[in-house]
Amino acid sequence: MSSYKSALARAQGLGSAKSGSHHWWMQRVTAAALVPLTFYIIKFLSLCVTASFAEVMGWLNAPVNSVMILFWMTLVLYHAALGLQVVFEDYVSTTALRIVLVWTVNLIFLFFTLTAFFAIFRIISAG
Amino acid sequence: MNNNRPLSPHLQVYKLPLTGIISITHRMTGVFLSLGLVFVIWMLQGIASGESAFLQIQSILHYPLVQLILWGFIYALFFHLCHGIRHLIWDAGYSFNRETMDKYAIFELLASVVLTATVFFVFF
Repeated sequence: MSSYKSALARAQGLGSAKSGSHHWWMQRVTAAALVPLTFYIIKFLSLCVTASFAEVMGWLNAPVNSVMILFWMTLVLYHAALGLQVVFEDYVSTTALRIVLVWTVNLIFLFFTLTAFFAIFRIISAG
Repeated sequence: MNNNRPLSPHLQVYKLPLTGIISITHRMTGVFLSLGLVFVIWMLQGIASGESAFLQIQSILHYPLVQLILWGFIYALFFHLCHGIRHLIWDAGYSFNRETMDKYAIFELLASVVLTATVFFVFF
């Protein structure tokens, strides 16, 4: 007795699209935000190669720089986790392995984010 | 069984257009950059550990092979950024016509090289 339902109503009951649109949207939002933040990671890398320890500490202790580096780290790790998820979904056909890989990467990248925050806190408290 | 059925272009015989090559390179640079993040975290932790740890990291960064990886990372970052912007333009619904495809592809490649060169001369 469900034939009175419209085609759309039936389709809406046939399993969800899960969180695909949120994934797609967050990939774009993080991408757009990361464009200007590229300046800070390039500056950081160049200091690591060319500057003295005191200069690196001085740069990272300026509030704007430490916040921007943490902003970059957080967004880039989120962006990378979203991207690697798509790579796993495209190439790993075994469902169980795919889920394990996606969540292993998610948790490792969360761990990296915490590690980056901890490093910056140590740098600020030392400098 | 009819063996003459039409097949979709197979990757091994289908000559990818420039945008197709860039598309798979975009994915490969994404994976490579993700791996590179481990080293950025390692540098941050090194600085946090003090001067001797930092100097050790800095000397490692001067090894020729590590320099190659570093510049590979920086180039990959700009390549990924340039093609990423093109994806955002596509997402906004623009630039799907055939004539501009190759033109934008070449522009992207040039822009990523110019940006890498600019960083080399201005920041390093």
